[in-house]
Amino acid sequence: MSLLTVKSLGISFGGLRAVDDLSFSIEKNELYGLIGPNGAGKTTVFNMLTGVYKPTQGTFLLNGRNLTGMSTTAISHAGIARTFQNIRLFHEMSVLDNVKVGLHESISYSTLTGILRLPAFFAKEKAMNEKAMELLSVFGLEKDAETLANNLPYGAQRKLEIARAMATNPVLLLLDEPAAGMNPNETEELMKTIRFVRDHFDMTILLIEHDMRLVSGICERITVLNFGQELLSGNTKEVLQNDQVVKAYLGE
Amino acid sequence: MSFLSFLISGISLGSIYAIMALGYTMVYGIAKMLNFAHGDVIMIGSFVVYYAVTGAGIPAPAAVLISVVVCTFLGIAIEKVAYKPLRRAASLAVLITAIGVSYLLQNLALLFFGADPKIFPNVITLPALNLFGGQLVIAGTTVMSIVANILIMIFLMLFIKKTKQGQAMLAVSEDKDAAMLCGINVNGTISLTFAIGSGLAAIAGVLLCSQYNQLTPYTGSLPGIKAFTAAVFGGIGSIPGAFFGGLLLGVIEILSSAYISSQLANAIVFAVLIIVLLVKPSGLFGRPMREKV
Amino acid sequence: MKKLREKMSLPIRKMVHTILGILVVFIVIQILSVTGVLSSSLENLMPELCFYAIIAVGLNLCVGFLGELSIGHAAFMSIGAFTSAAFTNAAADAIPSVGLRFFIGLILGTVMAGLFGFLIGIPVLRLKGDYLAIVTLAFGEIIKGILNVLFIGKDKDGIHIALINSNQESLDPETGKMIVDGAKGIIGTPHATTFTNGVILLILTLVVVTFLVNSRTGRAIQAIRDNRIAAESVGINVTKYKLIGFSISAAIAGVAGVMYAHYVSSLTASKFDFNMSILILVFVVLGGLGSFRGSIIAAVILTLLPEVLRGLSSYRMLIYAVLLIAMMLFNWAPGAIDFRSRLKERFKRRKEERP
Repeated sequence: MSLLTVKSLGISFGGLRAVDDLSFSIEKNELYGLIGPNGAGKTTVFNMLTGVYKPTQGTFLLNGRNLTGMSTTAISHAGIARTFQNIRLFHEMSVLDNVKVGLHESISYSTLTGILRLPAFFAKEKAMNEKAMELLSVFGLEKDAETLANNLPYGAQRKLEIARAMATNPVLLLLDEPAAGMNPNETEELMKTIRFVRDHFDMTILLIEHDMRLVSGICERITVLNFGQELLSGNTKEVLQNDQVVKAYLGE
Repeated sequence: MSFLSFLISGISLGSIYAIMALGYTMVYGIAKMLNFAHGDVIMIGSFVVYYAVTGAGIPAPAAVLISVVVCTFLGIAIEKVAYKPLRRAASLAVLITAIGVSYLLQNLALLFFGADPKIFPNVITLPALNLFGGQLVIAGTTVMSIVANILIMIFLMLFIKKTKQGQAMLAVSEDKDAAMLCGINVNGTISLTFAIGSGLAAIAGVLLCSQYNQLTPYTGSLPGIKAFTAAVFGGIGSIPGAFFGGLLLGVIEILSSAYISSQLANAIVFAVLIIVLLVKPSGLFGRPMREKV
Repeated sequence: MKKLREKMSLPIRKMVHTILGILVVFIVIQILSVTGVLSSSLENLMPELCFYAIIAVGLNLCVGFLGELSIGHAAFMSIGAFTSAAFTNAAADAIPSVGLRFFIGLILGTVMAGLFGFLIGIPVLRLKGDYLAIVTLAFGEIIKGILNVLFIGKDKDGIHIALINSNQESLDPETGKMIVDGAKGIIGTPHATTFTNGVILLILTLVVVTFLVNSRTGRAIQAIRDNRIAAESVGINVTKYKLIGFSISAAIAGVAGVMYAHYVSSLTASKFDFNMSILILVFVVLGGLGSFRGSIIAAVILTLLPEVLRGLSSYRMLIYAVLLIAMMLFNWAPGAIDFRSRLKERFKRRKEERP
């Protein structure tokens, strides 16, 4: 059984079919790419897979469990985590607290425990701090733990978003244009980090990216979207050499 | 017959709400902000008419004209000084500023004009209508409110449809940045919107004070909030929405005051607001908005 | 001692310092009033400082941390006030001890205000931004309207409640007593609010909100404020945490209301109007969104100011209005932001230049 199975997924906004009849599946521990020109509907796919939009057709299953139509919160609990194309951090909170918010579900105590500072509070907070620092060090952010998220440089903000997503203890990680706005060196470093996350946490990753060096460098298989429809899927190298794909990207 | 006369008072009050609601709805549609001070611009306009007529002896139509000019400039000034610097700020900051401006106008009026209620002069000299052999009397103010409301509505619809400035307003309300790229003067358009809304506020003020016969620094604040309710009711940003929202709200207020309890009339009006926002936040004529992820 | 200090996180350290500050002020005021230096009118003002500081802290939780502007918070204060005052009056015969009645009234008023915060929060918190603010105002007006036509009387047959029409006639003429008398409200509530219990409640409130904000729940609340969609994406139940924050904020307003009811000689609903809500908002904005210490200081200064500078009292609201606008422009206008960052830059450079 595949880790993620997407079956003829689609959505329309007031008559406009943004994504139509999309199917693909991702195996455990795979690095999978979703590419396509601007406006092809890639982020819309992410939004459906995370419950921000409710699909109007088709289903998707995580480890055989149907998550279609569930709320964003419930899907997060089920094990899908994501980052955003336009970075969405908790900008007025510290870097450490951003990750601790990600740990919200996995390490939990009640509001009253917090207000009354019961012993459980101290134990759980300690566990949270340790876990959060561990994650931050994976992304080389441990020195910035007390910095406000807003004050981090751009590349570090993208990394913090991944760290926060990893804190939710997911089985599937969705990365929406992780290399956007990065220079070649930063992208190179990011590729290493993504591979490390996959190997270290035994993670399955689905990513949207325009940077073809990153896609061909780390994705094992890809799906190409064009005008909301699947153009081609398969082994990254083969797909990228396909005439149709080149045409969709470069125009006629 | 009493129901009919209540209904007519409701439509009369509703017409005033509708004219006020236009100011809220246009500004909200274009600047995406709740101009909390609009009700207080109405109050200032009424004071201008009051002092022009009772103090300087200026004839009523000229006094109203002066008030329109004063309110227009007041509206533009408020926008320039308080709102324009905050155009990209969080909505929380803008709303707090607007509340501050509202408070400032109220307290300036309190300082200069005093808290004691002023008897508003009779500026509308239209004779009352006697119908059904004197069984139903419609006051001149009522007739004037309804006629003014309809005329203003038609004028504004034509303005937006037929003029370049009107079309610019539509464009800015749709997408500020795109409008700017098309060469539209966004700042000018927003100023114009404030100017029109505030000018209308002067007219609404005269009608409001003629209906209640008295004027205090707080005259504008509660009717202002109710007019905003009317704008939300009709669908924010929609001119026909302000028209019908205002009328409906006026009728609801008068009828609940007559048949349920005059003390609870305001509570009922606000309950309507809450129900509308929960059931159909886009109002009767508004379009739903989608958040971009 | 030093070890303890190191163990405390920055927000907790700040809270401890604020509490110490409050205690110092409390002791100084006590000494001044015992020695007769403090005028009696100022002395009478002291409990007022406490309940305004408490409600400002409560509203800051809502505006500064939850990120939702409530301009109807006075209504929650009125719920706490009316609930507790009705109880202390109705139970006058059953419980002779004023202190005990005040204590039970305090719990009832706080819980009732929190409950209303929860019930009103369910519809209100579904809305966003300006709409949410205007609906809190609407609820405030509705609660004021209903309290204005609420009549509660008591006689040998028990409690009688009526809306709109007074139930005076239905009360037994011998034993009957009006407790809540419509627009006239409640009179004869014992003056149980003191500076001492005010300071205790203020410190308690400060501890509760500081502990709350610096806990898992508090982080969830702030995450929702900063980015609702991202908060949902990490599995936070947005409605639940908004409701928790809003209800606690309302309950704290209830505490202030209880104190208010046992401080004034007559309690009327009309007092808890839009102006009161704005006054509290001024404290919060002036003290700084997100700073509880700031809220307390602003509430104290702005409540004392008109008393100390009598000549200013007619300009009081005018000054508040100007402060409100100036604060917002200073914090948010691009020009002001540039100016502040340049100022910061210059300070930094000067520091670095120093050997």
